[in-house]
Amino acid sequence: MTTGTTDPPPAIAVQALRKRFGATAALDGMSFDVAAGKVTGFVGPNGAGKSTTMRVILGLDTPDEGRALIGGVPYSKLRRPLGHIGALLDAAALQPGRSARNHLLWLAHSQGLGAKRVDEVVAASGLASAIKRKAGGYSLGMRQRLGIAAAMLGDPPVVMLDEPFNGLDPEGIFWIRGYLKALAAEGRAVLVSSHLMSELEGCADHLVVVGRGRVIADTGVAELIARSSGGRVVLRTGARAEATTALAEAGGTVAVTGPDTLTVDGLSSEAAVRILNANGVPFAELSAHRASLEEAYMDLTRDSVEFRAATTQTSTPTSTPTSTSGEVA
Amino acid sequence: MSGRDGFGRLVHAEWTKLRTVRGWVIGLVVAAFLTVGFGMLGPMGSQIACDHVNDAPTHSCHMSGPPKDATGQEVDDQSTFVHRTLTGDGSITARLTAFDGLYSPDGGGPADATSPTAGMTSGLQPWSKAGILVKDGTATGSAYAAVLATGTHGVRMQYDYTHDTAGPNVAVTSGAPRWLRLTRAGDTLTGYESADGATWTEIGTADLANLPQSVQVGVFATSPDFAVVKSSFGGSSTNTGPSLATGTFDQIAVTGQTAGDWTVPAIGSAAAADGGPGALQGPEAVAGAVPSGTGGFTVTGTGDIAPSAPGEGAGKTPESSLAGTFGGLIAVIVVAALTMTSEYRRGLIRTSLAASPRRGRLLAAKAVVLGGVSFVVGLVAAAIAVPAVTAVEHSKRLYVYYASTQTEIRMVVGTAALLAVSAVFALAVATIVRRGAAAVAAVIVAIILPYILAVASVLPAGAAQWLARVTPAAAFAVQQTVTAWPQVSASYTPTNGYFPLSPWAGLGVLCLYAAVAYAVAHRLLHRRDA
Repeated sequence: MTTGTTDPPPAIAVQALRKRFGATAALDGMSFDVAAGKVTGFVGPNGAGKSTTMRVILGLDTPDEGRALIGGVPYSKLRRPLGHIGALLDAAALQPGRSARNHLLWLAHSQGLGAKRVDEVVAASGLASAIKRKAGGYSLGMRQRLGIAAAMLGDPPVVMLDEPFNGLDPEGIFWIRGYLKALAAEGRAVLVSSHLMSELEGCADHLVVVGRGRVIADTGVAELIARSSGGRVVLRTGARAEATTALAEAGGTVAVTGPDTLTVDGLSSEAAVRILNANGVPFAELSAHRASLEEAYMDLTRDSVEFRAATTQTSTPTSTPTSTSGEVA
Repeated sequence: MSGRDGFGRLVHAEWTKLRTVRGWVIGLVVAAFLTVGFGMLGPMGSQIACDHVNDAPTHSCHMSGPPKDATGQEVDDQSTFVHRTLTGDGSITARLTAFDGLYSPDGGGPADATSPTAGMTSGLQPWSKAGILVKDGTATGSAYAAVLATGTHGVRMQYDYTHDTAGPNVAVTSGAPRWLRLTRAGDTLTGYESADGATWTEIGTADLANLPQSVQVGVFATSPDFAVVKSSFGGSSTNTGPSLATGTFDQIAVTGQTAGDWTVPAIGSAAAADGGPGALQGPEAVAGAVPSGTGGFTVTGTGDIAPSAPGEGAGKTPESSLAGTFGGLIAVIVVAALTMTSEYRRGLIRTSLAASPRRGRLLAAKAVVLGGVSFVVGLVAAAIAVPAVTAVEHSKRLYVYYASTQTEIRMVVGTAALLAVSAVFALAVATIVRRGAAAVAAVIVAIILPYILAVASVLPAGAAQWLARVTPAAAFAVQQTVTAWPQVSASYTPTNGYFPLSPWAGLGVLCLYAAVAYAVAHRLLHRRDA
């Protein structure tokens, strides 16, 4: 399903959604596509419209304008919806007196699935030993796993999770990252929201960054990091002067950042190595600087008009997106 | 589970939801127990005092109940009947030349034995009767046909207690006598009346199957008790007393093969036969017949020939075994409402709607499951309660009124339907208000409160009737087995078990409420964001 002969519709297409709750515009022209075979991070501060968008995708909220399609079809037209898209919106949405297994069982029955499929998703969730217990006694981490198991009941080509990392311990976060990557590797489209970019580190292939009900950036993670890294090379050498001369002549901008450390902008690491070797300049270590996803996100949001207003108000230019939620919510 | 376009899947899912929450399952079992248990409380607390039964052991003291006709229907069959035997086909004709009566407005009987009618006021009761009678012997409860004049309901033909056909609505007085005629041809009896004895008008016919060749024919008079019910907030008080009717007949003619002379009950003969203490002070002391004029009789009677209407204290009606229905109903309402409001409270409604984007089907699936389960709970509970409570009533030596098997089935199935429709009503209200306590309170106020107000004898009869007509409590009519006979004056109030609407019409009122609530719930579920 990753490639078709004729352009297949995107796994999820969000098209110009607008929705107001009273005076607040929760969605203000939200548009993006989610592709198959990738983990797409849906990132933005709390109140940026992520959950509302997901509810619109599932047909739970009606937008004032625009529409959302699953594989080219509105959710309301899906006949066995959990076979098309599995979603986890709120891990706490459980009847406390009902066992976790029975929760999955009724959901399976609603799709014409049986107990066998329930056992399969339970095995994959790592909850097998606790599955007969009442859901009311589950920890938040167990509820997240249960919610993911529920999303996988229909073996859907599209998986959508709202803040699945919330309340998870490091082991749980590690498990979900691996699970999501595995789902994408199977060719599924995975849309996962978070208000913390760091949670998506090493997991997301693509990012849809949103603020105030619209998309700020819709970009691949590799491009974003490359752009943010900007071809910076860090060099450790005893011959600082020679290196500076040679690299500057080749077009690099060289800055001294330590007794034996130089930072070079404007040259790739391969080019820097070639120039240094050609000039016979010895060096101890040369590394391409790689920006973290979080740094890249900061660069992005710092450049964003939407966020500039927020950050100047709070007078913390490097504030995390979370701190802007007051203005957006 | 398969179904039309996946609806069966949703029903399966809703059934799984319902059965996997232990509290709800317990609630439904409790509903059945409450229905049976509350029904038991009434007879359990009953005691019949058997003080002076000639020192006989008390276990021989049973509430006897009224006599019955051939079908088992309880009847009154007391009159003064001047009769002779007619064999085969024939007819009887008589002219009623005077018709008047006496009654005790203050509720007491005659003052003393020497003057049994002292203190009584002149006048007929609405259903005082005097006329001609063809009867299968004089045994109580036997088949009959009669053409008769009444106090205020004109000339009528009646037969076999429950059947009543109106003739001309005229009052018979000495200035306006009336001719009455009954003819027998096989099992068919035809009633006629005439103002002049020349021009006859047919009132109706009666088909009395199994009427023997020889029957008793003659003239009769009888008069039911005077009763005035004063109803107000806080209850009702009934003022009753005996009454007498006297009819004077002449021109009595019997055609066909007759045998023997007229049997004329002497004044006071019924009282003497009764023999009970105080009988000679009762109206029976003056009941009897005397010849008058040429071949005529003046007949004075007390009692009635009519179906017996169960009143207060006269025994247990069959539906009293289902008096606990309201308890089971409360439990069903709570469970039905919570199945919906808990989804809203937990946010589970989003999971449900994501699994079933066509929202109307989700509501329908819930309604099918809750309605179906509640129906089964009601059916089981009622099917246990009716025989079980009746057995307790019998063990307490209470008289239980007759109901046909068909009526009992309607009562049991109707109770199941009452619970089922109430569950759907509660589901709809819960969907509208989305909060458990509010939904449960609203539905209980709508169904149970008016029911209790209507039957608990706290409201004036008019208000009780009104509640039992326009509120969802009207549905309790589906349990009614007693019949409000038009030809019998009685206190036909919800308190006494008489609902103003017919059983299915009463259930229809609840269905109407449920349908309106369901339509609103359906619309809101579609319109609202989840």
